[in-house]
Amino acid sequence: MQIPREILDEIALSEEEYLEIVRRLDREPNHVELGMFGALWSEHCGYKHSKLLLRNLPVESSRLMVNPGEENAGVVDIGDGLAIAMKIESHNHPSAVEPFQGAATGVGGIVRDIFAMGARPIALLNSLRFGPLEDVHNRHLFNGVVGGISWYGNCIGVPDVGGEVAFSDCYSGNPLVNAMCVGLLRSGDLVRARASGEGNILILVGSTTGRDGIHGASGLASRTFEEEREMRPTVQVGNAFMEKSLIEACLQIAAADLLVGMQDLGAAGMTSSVVEAAEKGGSGVVIDVSKVPTREQGMTPYEIMLSESQERMLLIVTPQNEKAVMDICTDWDLEAVVIGQVTDGDTITVMDGTNVEAYLPINILTDPPLYRTQSTIPDYMNTTRFLKESEVQLPTESPSSVLLRLLSSDNIASKEWIYRQYDHQVQTNTMQGPGGDAAVLRLKGTSKAIALATDTNGRYCYLDPLSGGAISVAEACRNLACVGAEPLAITDCLNFGNPERPDVYYQLESCVSGISDACKAFGIPVISGNVSLYNETRGTAIWPTPSIGALGLLEDAKLTTNTAFKDAGDIVILIGSNSLESGIESLSGSEYLEVIHNTIKGSPSIDLALETIVQDTCIKGIQAGIIKSAHDCSDGGLAVALAESCIAGNIGLVCDQGIKGRWDTALFGETQSRIVLSVSPDEIASFQELALSTGTPYVVLGIVGGERLIVNSLLNTNIAELSYVWQNAIAVHINS
Amino acid sequence: MKFGVIVFPGTWSDVDCHYAVKEVLGQEARYIWHKDEDISDIDCLIIPGGFSYGDYLRTGAIARFSPVMRQVEKFAADGGLVIGICNGFQILCESGLLPGVLIRNDHVQFRCEWVNLRVETIETPFTMSCDSGQVLSIPISHGEGNYYADNQVLDVLEKENRIVFRYCNEDGIVTEDSNPNGSLRNIAGIVNSKRNVLGMMPHPERCCESSLGGEDGKLLFESIVRAMQS
Repeated sequence: MQIPREILDEIALSEEEYLEIVRRLDREPNHVELGMFGALWSEHCGYKHSKLLLRNLPVESSRLMVNPGEENAGVVDIGDGLAIAMKIESHNHPSAVEPFQGAATGVGGIVRDIFAMGARPIALLNSLRFGPLEDVHNRHLFNGVVGGISWYGNCIGVPDVGGEVAFSDCYSGNPLVNAMCVGLLRSGDLVRARASGEGNILILVGSTTGRDGIHGASGLASRTFEEEREMRPTVQVGNAFMEKSLIEACLQIAAADLLVGMQDLGAAGMTSSVVEAAEKGGSGVVIDVSKVPTREQGMTPYEIMLSESQERMLLIVTPQNEKAVMDICTDWDLEAVVIGQVTDGDTITVMDGTNVEAYLPINILTDPPLYRTQSTIPDYMNTTRFLKESEVQLPTESPSSVLLRLLSSDNIASKEWIYRQYDHQVQTNTMQGPGGDAAVLRLKGTSKAIALATDTNGRYCYLDPLSGGAISVAEACRNLACVGAEPLAITDCLNFGNPERPDVYYQLESCVSGISDACKAFGIPVISGNVSLYNETRGTAIWPTPSIGALGLLEDAKLTTNTAFKDAGDIVILIGSNSLESGIESLSGSEYLEVIHNTIKGSPSIDLALETIVQDTCIKGIQAGIIKSAHDCSDGGLAVALAESCIAGNIGLVCDQGIKGRWDTALFGETQSRIVLSVSPDEIASFQELALSTGTPYVVLGIVGGERLIVNSLLNTNIAELSYVWQNAIAVHINS
Repeated sequence: MKFGVIVFPGTWSDVDCHYAVKEVLGQEARYIWHKDEDISDIDCLIIPGGFSYGDYLRTGAIARFSPVMRQVEKFAADGGLVIGICNGFQILCESGLLPGVLIRNDHVQFRCEWVNLRVETIETPFTMSCDSGQVLSIPISHGEGNYYADNQVLDVLEKENRIVFRYCNEDGIVTEDSNPNGSLRNIAGIVNSKRNVLGMMPHPERCCESSLGGEDGKLLFESIVRAMQS
């Protein structure tokens, strides 16, 4: 073979993969064909290193409307003739190169995945990771990403209702930008990404095609990159106004029942869009790139096939409906052209006028080799695994001082500085927006609401990928439980390093097992997702970070609550434990251990049986109107959860529970499966009955009231002071 | 009575406004596509929020050339009630139906949050159901809501009692801290001299139901309904 190494490098294929292509085609591919293989056999499109593991994720649910992984997003039935489509996806590498456009187009891409299903996008969430804000480049990335999400989401009128942000050194230079979109549709209006029916036509609608984003999928998203600044031309530029018109036009076309199928153009552009639609439709396709409206003169077929220009959709339509579809596009001032048609074969033919530029069997393009790396336990785990009591000295500073330091840690501090830049109310469904445990959106015309949350803890996953994966799911569902919602399904975005390394592959394999274990415990499926590998800079991988997006349902939207303590005299109860005391192991991977002791050690763990009982009790208690507030204990442990409930309610708490043993583990330990509740004194008997019936351990902590958070002789701090520190930390760090 | 909700490409508060007046207030309502020219059946026009035409050039600058805007101008000249919310306020300023202009927030960030508004005058069809000096809690959601006009214009607005809402604190005191975008004299909403065209940055349609955090926005739509009936 005479293929130069540089060409394979450019499209990120190995020599073995090239030889495999030649073997299967029984000839050498030409330049355009090789580019198409590079895109579709990339990790980003082909899931070469993850597909075998992803098959272990649970996908069973009576509510499922499409098979996970088969369509642009997962869809679950929520009754009343309605369904929810959702998916989370990464845009890490583009955001590292050009944070504003990288993040903006990440939002645009996930939104297209949702309305491609015929669903109205009703909510955005995100999960973000950055290096510490002390560093000027990290601040640049952070400001750019938040600005990009804000601009795009605000322009298209989809509320950004929640998310999470965390900071750690491992994300310096490799931020994580995971965007999630949720859509609502009538169950009968589901549209599939299928090109079928010989003679049906393919219509390309939306933006013109330019030279932006070529090799985005293969080059940028599927390998580590050291020379990041040279890669700026591979980042796409978004046009949110065009997206908004596309949403409306496409949903209008779908509602008029004019579609055979609909597919967005995302990673690998026209190549993946057309090939995947044909594969799902069991058909062949012929397209003519000379018909594609281009942004500049002289674009080659190769460039047109691989361009990742944004805001483009592919519609598959019968010839009879062509005019009706074109009329709607014209009404929205959108350019739409017929670029090809469905054939009865099993090949894709790419024409440039009368020249054949590519002719390939679809089943070879969509069937990349799958790899399983022999995994080995990462070396660091041999030392991080054991956390001894003698290694953690009780601080000399007071517990109140520790609490204030934790509340001003960027991982715990209020994220209002970020989310007040996002429109979280448009569409007037947002009953609870960002800042709580989970967002709550009412569904107009029904008595129902959905709850949404994203969660993961990279530090836990780094220390113990198996438990960390399970805890990520448990925390996301616990957030739903805290607003009274039953979990229905999750979507996941798996952010990892280079899977060809045995220790990274171990993290991936173990995290997926942990996610799977937790989903089985809750009886929920993973309905969609995305994998982002090769998140490394200079040979160092990020912490394994599986972002979990969770969907929950409230049958009665009125029966929900939030984290705020409400009224003086209410009784505060901790469920999930019958005492405040915790062992040293509760500090494993805790915020306290990192912030106060500069140590990242231990083995986080979770008891999934206890977790399901605790969540069940919380949900039942809220739905029965017994529980007035609920907030889970997560980063920063019990003391931070209590402080946040006091801040949210602007009211104090007096807790006179005695603590035997160490105060740091009791106040700041991160033992899982614990929720802080408040209950009116009139309902305490009902609560006790409920806890008894579900077998939930609990301990009464104290009484709501006053202006201070008092925990026996340990903590005694004014709520206004706690609030000020928590509220302003991020703004202070950004402007420092 | 019948509300008409104008839809430009890029408008996104159209559905919210339509829902508020139709489902919450129980009035008739229909959408008006920006290419439509017949609005003869409409009693009150709402120009909703969004990013009409992507807000390219300047916010609201392209929308003013839409076919429907000629009808809006005629409608307003004939005394019809027009309420422009957020981007709608920007469009009304760009088209000259209201004085002044809305520029980038002074802190240069988009801001979505609840603010307090003091009702400066109840002598408009949009505020007649409010109490004078009443403090309303209403959300804002904009990047370019910083009201600007020269001093002469501002003095006229004040003299003619045409400043309808000012940003204030929860006690109704107009302070610098309570101004979310740098608007001159804390202006959040104004009317034209005939008092039938209102422009305001905050979103009353987002607070017509207690489950969404408050109902103060309903007062404005109720005022309009009362005004039309009287």
